[in-house]
Amino acid sequence: MRIELEKRPERSATMAWASPLIAVLATVVTGGLIFAAIGKPPLTALWIFFLEPFSSLWSLEELVVKATPLILIGVGLSVAYRANVWNIGAEGQFTFGALMGAIVPIFFNSWQSPLTLVAMLALGVLGGMIWAAIPALLKIKAGANEILVSLMLVYVAQLLLDWLVRGPWRDPKGYNFPKSVGFEDWQTMPVFGGGRLNLGIVLALVAAAALAILMRRTMKGFEVRVLGEAPRAGRFAGFSSDRMTLFVFLLSGGLAGLAGIVEVASTVGQLQPNISPGYGFTAIIVAFLGRLDPIGVVVAALMLAVSYLGGEAAQVALGISDKAARVFQGVLLFWVLACDTLIYYRLRIVRTAPVAEEGAR
Amino acid sequence: MTASGTAAGGAKGEGASAPGFLVEARGVVKRFGAFTANDHVDLAIRPGEIHALLGENGAGKSTLVKMLYGSLQPTAGRIFWKGEPVVVTDPAEARRLGIGMVFQHFSLFEALTVTENIALALSNVSDMNALAARIAAVSKDYGLPLEPRATVADLSVGERQRIEIVRCLLQEPKLLIMDEPTAVLTPQEADQLFLTLERLASEGCAVLYISHRLEEVKRLCHASTILRHGKVVARVDPKQETAASLARLMVGADVHAIRPKHARVAGPTRLYVDQLDLPANGPFAVALDQVSLEVRAGEILAIAGVAGNGQSELFDALSGERHADHPGAVVIDDTPCGHLGVGARRELGAAFVPEERLGHGAVPAFRLSENVVLTRDTIFADAARRLLGFLDFGRADQTAERVSQAYDVRKSRPDPEARSLSGGNLQKFVVGRELDRKPRVLVVNQPTWGVDAGAAALIRQALVDLAADGAGVLVISQDLDEIFEIADRIAVISRGCLSPGYDAHVMTLEKVGLLMGGAHGGSEAIEGALKLREADGRAY
Amino acid sequence: MDQSALLAVLLTIVTASTPLLLAALGELVTERAGVLNLGVEGMMVMGAVAGFAVALTTGSPYLGILAAAAAGALLSVPFGFLTLNLVANQVATGLALTLLGLGLSGLIGERFVGQPGVRLSKLHIPGLSDIPFVGPLLFGQDILVYLSIVLAVLVSWVVFRTRLGLILRAVGDNHASAHALGYSVVRVRWMAVLFGGALAGLGGGYLSLAYTPQWIENMTAGRGWIALALVVFSSWLPSRLVIGAYLFGAVTILGFFVQGLGVGVPAQLLSSLPYIVTIAALVVISTRRGRARADTPACLGQPFVPDR
Repeated sequence: MRIELEKRPERSATMAWASPLIAVLATVVTGGLIFAAIGKPPLTALWIFFLEPFSSLWSLEELVVKATPLILIGVGLSVAYRANVWNIGAEGQFTFGALMGAIVPIFFNSWQSPLTLVAMLALGVLGGMIWAAIPALLKIKAGANEILVSLMLVYVAQLLLDWLVRGPWRDPKGYNFPKSVGFEDWQTMPVFGGGRLNLGIVLALVAAAALAILMRRTMKGFEVRVLGEAPRAGRFAGFSSDRMTLFVFLLSGGLAGLAGIVEVASTVGQLQPNISPGYGFTAIIVAFLGRLDPIGVVVAALMLAVSYLGGEAAQVALGISDKAARVFQGVLLFWVLACDTLIYYRLRIVRTAPVAEEGAR
Repeated sequence: MTASGTAAGGAKGEGASAPGFLVEARGVVKRFGAFTANDHVDLAIRPGEIHALLGENGAGKSTLVKMLYGSLQPTAGRIFWKGEPVVVTDPAEARRLGIGMVFQHFSLFEALTVTENIALALSNVSDMNALAARIAAVSKDYGLPLEPRATVADLSVGERQRIEIVRCLLQEPKLLIMDEPTAVLTPQEADQLFLTLERLASEGCAVLYISHRLEEVKRLCHASTILRHGKVVARVDPKQETAASLARLMVGADVHAIRPKHARVAGPTRLYVDQLDLPANGPFAVALDQVSLEVRAGEILAIAGVAGNGQSELFDALSGERHADHPGAVVIDDTPCGHLGVGARRELGAAFVPEERLGHGAVPAFRLSENVVLTRDTIFADAARRLLGFLDFGRADQTAERVSQAYDVRKSRPDPEARSLSGGNLQKFVVGRELDRKPRVLVVNQPTWGVDAGAAALIRQALVDLAADGAGVLVISQDLDEIFEIADRIAVISRGCLSPGYDAHVMTLEKVGLLMGGAHGGSEAIEGALKLREADGRAY
Repeated sequence: MDQSALLAVLLTIVTASTPLLLAALGELVTERAGVLNLGVEGMMVMGAVAGFAVALTTGSPYLGILAAAAAGALLSVPFGFLTLNLVANQVATGLALTLLGLGLSGLIGERFVGQPGVRLSKLHIPGLSDIPFVGPLLFGQDILVYLSIVLAVLVSWVVFRTRLGLILRAVGDNHASAHALGYSVVRVRWMAVLFGGALAGLGGGYLSLAYTPQWIENMTAGRGWIALALVVFSSWLPSRLVIGAYLFGAVTILGFFVQGLGVGVPAQLLSSLPYIVTIAALVVISTRRGRARADTPACLGQPFVPDR
């Protein structure tokens, strides 16, 4: 017995929709098996992990808050990956964006006006772009592998942040805790209804909608898709791979930087050594689960936000480690990639011996 | 069934006259999904026989030989080897039986040496040095000299084919399968190959010779089997047939002849290339050296040459995918544009059709309408949407449909993905997409490569018509039959150098061949060589 | 600098370089077969946790070594299945492998955090190991250091001098031709992927058994990615890989040595040195090497589907 792939003449439209759903289902089943393996009641655990986050208004709100950075980063990455440009350093761009945006409240602490927030957000975007421009330019000018460079810069950005909040940017009144001054009023994102739900989600949805239009309706989106699918054909159309590499790095880096400053200006409220539970990496999964489509990314981001919340809930209720969420995320990406094969191929299970003769002649 | 009695086949007595077949396929069927590539095919070859397998592209020739060689398994039917039924499970089993194969697209490893390449095909190599010595000896003996320690990447196409052949010879095959071996050779190299094959046959080795070049089949082969749409339609002795009768059997109808061109009126210069230099852009690429040419309105200039002599580099430089060192190197309709990109050159009225349909001329995963956008301005006309770069997919759709209608592009559904079309239909679409713009200059690389005869005739006619309407057409092609059919003038490219363009009616196959070999300018040498080969000329 | 300080620095360089060499050697073989496995980090960290856990529970660091290799190879199985059998995108699948490995190791290793580990002992050859300076350096290392060098020589020999290596290079250079000649591309690549996984696991195991015998979450700290960069740096040649790994180990250790001298450099800057050096190395090697494309296995990262 072995599995054979039979190429479909065209990609299957049905499977393009169904494959992410099959992947999610398979992940849930895998999750149940893992729970059973570590001696937890699988059904209860699955309920707490995947469905309880939907059961209360508070957790729904929290879901959106967690999904916000995932959407912002994920839509940018989806465009980059469509162009076959592998920015996997969004976590670093997120960090550097947060760091740049934080210059405003840290150095101009008394400045309070709506423009303060605008300046913070703009600097956040700029920071993400700067950090993303490094791998892009090194790729274009020197041919250095963008995957490795962007990833290396994650560590550099995190160490830079660590140094700043323990050293020069530490809050002098902060009892030596490694953190900056707290952000206040116009240094934070406006919230809706007094909870944690903030303007960030609006920015995220606007970004998703804009990129959806860009990808579907405009020449730029066409350029992205052509260069990603067939670079030679892209050159034939007059598109430049180098400019595209820079464009998608700046776009995805800028959005990751925006996510970074939005995050520290809302749920975190200050700079500190840990400002992200790995959003930049989870967003990679989000991008693939959303089938590299901006609208799909929004849905996928909500699904992955569930895994964060479910992870916390399962830890409280059943004593399951919060690390389980990371495992699910990894398993999910595997299933997504496995199911993507179904879009382009039919799977056939065949018996090993080749058939030599057919009955009827 | 014909049996040949040529000197080559009969030399060993046991050859063609022996009662037993060396290899026989009986009722072989191969299906890919719903498509039947081979439909109850019978084929039988005797020892010492050079047997031609003829058919158009897509007739099922490659499928059949892949089953003989074990790369594919038949859906039904049997294969007999020396009268015994066998199951050729894989190529290793085929080699064990004594079947060797030289592929059309060589199965060589560029980063490896000649010896390593050959060692990979042999099952019992213990001493690489001894093997290298054997390669040197055998290759010299058969007139196919090879340097065993050379890396394949540095070798010419002809030399690469020699590796393939020597690789087979070292296994002392009883049957040698050759898939379109002369497609990549100069006429002179092909002659050398024929001598080698005739010698092999005289030693009792059978050769299954796949080709659609009918003249060489007539000259070389003792028997033939002709396939059409996956079925055997005839078994004839090629020496008793004419090229035209063989073509009729292959195609199933008289081949559509290209409508003769009206007398050419030399119009203004459409495309002018002046001392174009282009450095090689990779370890295995060719540099262009002082290429100059001129295409005038109303004419077709064809550039002949063996693959890999700078054709794709020349195409890239003309299309603007690579820029020249000075603007005047490429001039389209009096506008110097060596420094301009593809888009700007298209705006000057030029159109381009690259060699590779999938991945260069078209995006495989894109629908035809999306592929229209690739080379056509399909942005909305109104200022606001134009500024934002919004695409008018409705218009792209109409263009795709119009092109499909005009150029007989057969599709299984309204707007299919490019990769789902057959080679011929996609090529008609890619050529049609450019012709639909009524270009004043058309540069096309290998217009009918791997395309069925019907589509090829349609495309060639369209090129002739375009030139007749006052465009300048530059055709880069390896297919000499095609070149002689449509060209007004012929130039030859060799190692990045382009010969002057000669009027087609003074060009001969031999002259082209010598130019392909790099004998530039030395007209005396050419004339001298021509005299020697007078007897075997194909008159054009 | 006195001799004992120099010796200490050299010894640390050896221990810092060995995990990189092991992991990169495995990836080199994988890439020679035409497969780009970006999951080295994930396989290393799984090797680290498995090696630590088994060594702690059994008390034997040698069983830990075996477990580390097995864990790395085991984690490469889903990667192999997806990329080789289901022809999934190798880049994305490799990333998935890293994310899964980091998550899974965190989950498994949770109860080992803070526990003292079992240290892989250094060999002691009476006489030889006691020679001053040279003795501990050449004859007093742990077994994995020697294994890594032996493996480098062995891989070099197999890849360039044996038929197996010839087939490996052939599959990486042109999978369609290898298939046409009757070699099973998928089977060769499976072996290469598993070998790469085992060596990445071994490299991870070295971290938790010899480098710092304890378990810390994400303790590989990007070494898997650095190993990937080293393979590019080496032009896919094992001999150059050894040089690269040791140069790299030296650079990172020298940073800490400078800190030890009391120069006022922030610790974070020194910690970021390996990453910055990696970027610099990638830039230099990519710019300098015009023949980069000629060295790279031609089929690297390309999915292979045989037609039937």
